[in-house]
Amino acid sequence: MTEQVDTGRRHFLTVATVATGAVGAAFVAVPFLASWKPSARAKAMGAPVEVDISKLEPGAMVKVEWRGKAIYVVHRTPQMLALLPGMDDRLRDPGSNESDQPEFARNEARALKPEYLVLVGVCTHLGCAPLEKFTPGDATVSADWEGGFFCPCHGSKFDISGRVFKDVPAPTNLPVPPYRFVSDTSILIGAEAENA
Amino acid sequence: MASTSPTKAGGGRLAALTAWIDDRFPMTRMWKEQVAEYYAPKNMNFWYFFGSLALLVLVIQIVTGIFLTMNYKPSAAEAFGSVEYIMRDVEWGWLIRYMHSTGASAFFVVVYLHMFRALLYGSYQKPRELLWIFGMLIYFLLMGEAFFGYLLPWGNMSYWGAQVIVSLFGAVPVAGDFLMEWIRGDYYISDITLNRFFAMHVVALPLALVFLVIAHLIALHEVGSNNPDGVEIKKVKGPDGIPLDGIAFHPYYTVKDLVGVGVFLIFFCLIVFYAPTLGGLFLEAPNFEPANALQTPPHIAPVWYFTPFYAILRAVPSKSMGALLMGAAVLLFVFLPWLDRSKVKSIRYRGPLFKFFLFSFAISFVVLGWLGLQPATPLYTNMARFFAVVYFAFFLLMPWYTSIDKTKPVPTRVTYHAH
Repeated sequence: MTEQVDTGRRHFLTVATVATGAVGAAFVAVPFLASWKPSARAKAMGAPVEVDISKLEPGAMVKVEWRGKAIYVVHRTPQMLALLPGMDDRLRDPGSNESDQPEFARNEARALKPEYLVLVGVCTHLGCAPLEKFTPGDATVSADWEGGFFCPCHGSKFDISGRVFKDVPAPTNLPVPPYRFVSDTSILIGAEAENA
Repeated sequence: MASTSPTKAGGGRLAALTAWIDDRFPMTRMWKEQVAEYYAPKNMNFWYFFGSLALLVLVIQIVTGIFLTMNYKPSAAEAFGSVEYIMRDVEWGWLIRYMHSTGASAFFVVVYLHMFRALLYGSYQKPRELLWIFGMLIYFLLMGEAFFGYLLPWGNMSYWGAQVIVSLFGAVPVAGDFLMEWIRGDYYISDITLNRFFAMHVVALPLALVFLVIAHLIALHEVGSNNPDGVEIKKVKGPDGIPLDGIAFHPYYTVKDLVGVGVFLIFFCLIVFYAPTLGGLFLEAPNFEPANALQTPPHIAPVWYFTPFYAILRAVPSKSMGALLMGAAVLLFVFLPWLDRSKVKSIRYRGPLFKFFLFSFAISFVVLGWLGLQPATPLYTNMARFFAVVYFAFFLLMPWYTSIDKTKPVPTRVTYHAH
């Protein structure tokens, strides 16, 4: 038996204790951090909603709420749809390559059926609600305005398919939520067609 | 034992009680070390009021905050109504709430002036780097407090302000969407978000804030206060070991600070009683209607103390770059002790280059603050871009202009004119 302290052994034990403690602390942190994720109730309340579009006039828009977000459903007129092909060089992402939408909406109309546009009404810049400015030449936007969406917070502009213009703060097109047609007059928002 | 027996002290019962406590807790020793025998430079001027004022506002916020929680309900269904209830039905509730809302802005007023003082006199320089970092951490926590607290009245500006700020986290690559969901605890700013912001605002951050304020004061008393000459008074001590240019904090500065408190409270009361909204600067008009997830206020602007950074965010035509530059605008302060290469602390002995850059920085901070309140027109956006460049130049060019600047010789003693 020796009176000398085995510093090597003591150092090893200190490091081992600290390491074990740190691993334990990390595991204990998990439930606390995970408790901040959406709860089971929040998830349940985020279930799909159905919209009746039988009374939606051409050129009109209806807002519904899904997961606390405004969902815009627009019944587009043929004049509105006729604008879409000529916009490309003024848009940041005309082909929706950088934007958030279901695969079926990665097209000019950004829709399942071109006459019905379904968008999340949340500006991709900082989450404001873009306004519907469908009247061409709307003085509150600009004289050469052709109709689309305008965000009043920071001036982002989107065409009638929710595609973002160049030189505005919003980085990408307005998102399209997952949705499907339950019938010709009803859309289910939040659920995508499995094999429609 | 260091105890003084009651008979020896010759005092009455009070002295006996003091001795009894001192044997068990270092009360007298702490009072002497931190207050009565803490020697502060005798030349501290107007700019040195704002530290003690910040402490006063902290106390106001904690006391009024405690009383507000007694009637406030942190739920989406009841929050807005409970604030109206406090304003109309609770006796003196309006006063308590207006003190709290005015206190929030007052906090930033005194903290910005306190920080500007540090820039003027180089108070962040060696050996006060850690003191400065603690101070910056306090400032960050304060921003968090303001952000979390602003959601609580559940007005429409509360709601959309929180929406905008939380969306900033969406700029984080890959994890952005997850982070936003994690912060909100929901797919949108909801009851769940409000409830957790309440917890952060009334428990977590105030606790951390109080600890950091204590650390800030301990660090200050360890290194000693700077002064308008930027001279280290500890370098010239008398035979008693007390700095020749130092005077006891109590009574000299406690009395001086009391005058500051009096003047501050005059302005504070004027706002609380006559202009609690301060024309929309302290309390914004859209916040007098309840949160509405489907209706953005026509013009979203944060409360004035965030607008310089908000103007920078808006000036950048890219979301992630905007968020990055805004973060940088706030964080760069932390690095001042290492960006500043000058051997001179105080503006009194600095050269023209530093004076020019500090002056342009102060102007750009104020102009950006004003721009952040305005709608984003092309003219204003271009102005914001110009002043953002000026703002960043102060920090990023600092190693250059402070090292070549022509400084004046610094005296060994502070300049002081007896009155």
